[in-house]
Amino acid sequence: MFEYWNPRIERMPVDDLHELQGKRLRSLVHYVHNHSSFYRQRFREAGVEPDDIKKLSDVTKLPFTLKIDLRNTYPTGMFCLPENWVVRYHVSSGTTGKPTVVGYTQGDIDMWTESLARALTSVGLGREDVIQVSYGYGLFTGGLGLHYGAERIGATVLPTGAGNTERQIELMHDLGTTAIACTPSYFLHMNEVAQKMGVSIRDDTKLKAGIFGAEPWSDETRKRIEESTGIKAYDIYGTSEMSGPLFTECHLQNGIHIWADLFLLEVIDPKTGEQVEDGERGELVVTTLDKWAFPLIRYRIGDITILNSEPCECGRTHPRIMRILGRTDDMIVVRGINVFPSQVESVLMRIPEIGEHYQIIVDRKGPLDVMAVKVEMTESTFSDKIADLMSLSNTVARLLKGVLNITAEVELVEPGTIPRSMGKAQHVIDRRKV
Amino acid sequence: MAAIKQISIFAENKPGRMAGVAKALGDAGVNIRALTIAEAGDFGVIRMVVDDTERGYTALRENGFMVSETDVLAVEIKDVPGGLYEIVNSLGMNNINVEYAYAFVTAKAERAMLILRVDDVKRAAEVLSEAGVRVATREEIQQI
Repeated sequence: MFEYWNPRIERMPVDDLHELQGKRLRSLVHYVHNHSSFYRQRFREAGVEPDDIKKLSDVTKLPFTLKIDLRNTYPTGMFCLPENWVVRYHVSSGTTGKPTVVGYTQGDIDMWTESLARALTSVGLGREDVIQVSYGYGLFTGGLGLHYGAERIGATVLPTGAGNTERQIELMHDLGTTAIACTPSYFLHMNEVAQKMGVSIRDDTKLKAGIFGAEPWSDETRKRIEESTGIKAYDIYGTSEMSGPLFTECHLQNGIHIWADLFLLEVIDPKTGEQVEDGERGELVVTTLDKWAFPLIRYRIGDITILNSEPCECGRTHPRIMRILGRTDDMIVVRGINVFPSQVESVLMRIPEIGEHYQIIVDRKGPLDVMAVKVEMTESTFSDKIADLMSLSNTVARLLKGVLNITAEVELVEPGTIPRSMGKAQHVIDRRKV
Repeated sequence: MAAIKQISIFAENKPGRMAGVAKALGDAGVNIRALTIAEAGDFGVIRMVVDDTERGYTALRENGFMVSETDVLAVEIKDVPGGLYEIVNSLGMNNINVEYAYAFVTAKAERAMLILRVDDVKRAAEVLSEAGVRVATREEIQQI
């Protein structure tokens, strides 16, 4: 049932894999040096010549590329091929500053599709499946990326895109969707709407798997999704700069498999820029090994994760990253303490009396930062006794304090009052900036 | 069973929530017999006894309120000094705890009614009946 899409590559011995990476890194460095004035200048500033890169470990001699570099070269200043090679653009939303334009050659699209074909196969999907792609189609990479990957493995694609939730549920039921791809928060919303329509995802649909990503989420949310709908929930990772969604966990759900022949990942200490050991938390840095219109050298994505180079029990030898804890951009600093929304989420999902939706509001009162967490009551557990409600709100506050080490004010709100999102949920409102 | 159903509504403490509750009930033709609000900072619980609980409950749910039903007792108090004492004393003597209570006067104004939430509704009803206190039925509340 669980097969390999490309067994020769996916099970390649680790030493061979490193040799392949080294070879690809050498040719990449020469390629960007020949094709990009940006990288030529960067290499000169760092005092590094393409010939200095002889083996895989020489990667640390190369300079980092930063988000600001992408902004400064907007729109296509970092492309290594003229536009007539580019068959498609995607544009990231760019919440701060200018958006990022990503260009793809036909080969780049094929590489992206190959990566997802391996990933979807690794969670047990194939020709018999109907995959509903509920990520947005268009400039956002989620919809088209999954679409191509699902078609490549011979599955039937239901390209619903995001939104129009009732219709999505009808189609899921009528066309026998077996797997869905969307943000975890949208799926939770979909489950609420289905219940209101009298449809049980567990009993009335054939859905067995969800490919969830595009926003950080927690293992506790996974548990909630799996328990309430009976499906398997898999984590997917990728950013638009890297192509789009690219990698998922395998059916064992123990880390996201990163295809090392396509991407070279490092995890670094964000302060020193030094690589950290396996198992230590740090910032993800990516070098593309088979991407040609818009290659990246040691690009600091800003996502915080943990690297695991041990081969997986599923037989795949490629390294894995643990669930993305958050993005350095998502991290909020409250009274000098770093807080990731995913930490808050992992606490909330453990408390059955409250709903799946939440919002963190950070504000400043006088000189002090204050953090409030809004959570929704659930109908099944609503007690009419004030003491019970107060004790619930105290429990939430106590558990949050235990994990975050700061006191958060907990606000119980009525169900359905926290805004639902069709795409990436906005979990943090920071009023200190305005 | 002498218990009647009270409707409890979870409401955030913000302008217009009470109006929303009142409108939902008014539009459904439901009449409020008695009402009290317990507030706790950011939120509160509105508790009420209405003439038609089923209809009130449905109307509130359809309007998106979080509602629950709770068993309470509606007992008649003689509108004279010592009227309340007679009731709560017999409960206390029998080790029955009153969690909360609120009172209203009927239109006919002969008697006051006390809504009681106790930890043991069944026992309380028995104890009060034995003490000669009248416990109102659902039908009586409907017809007030």
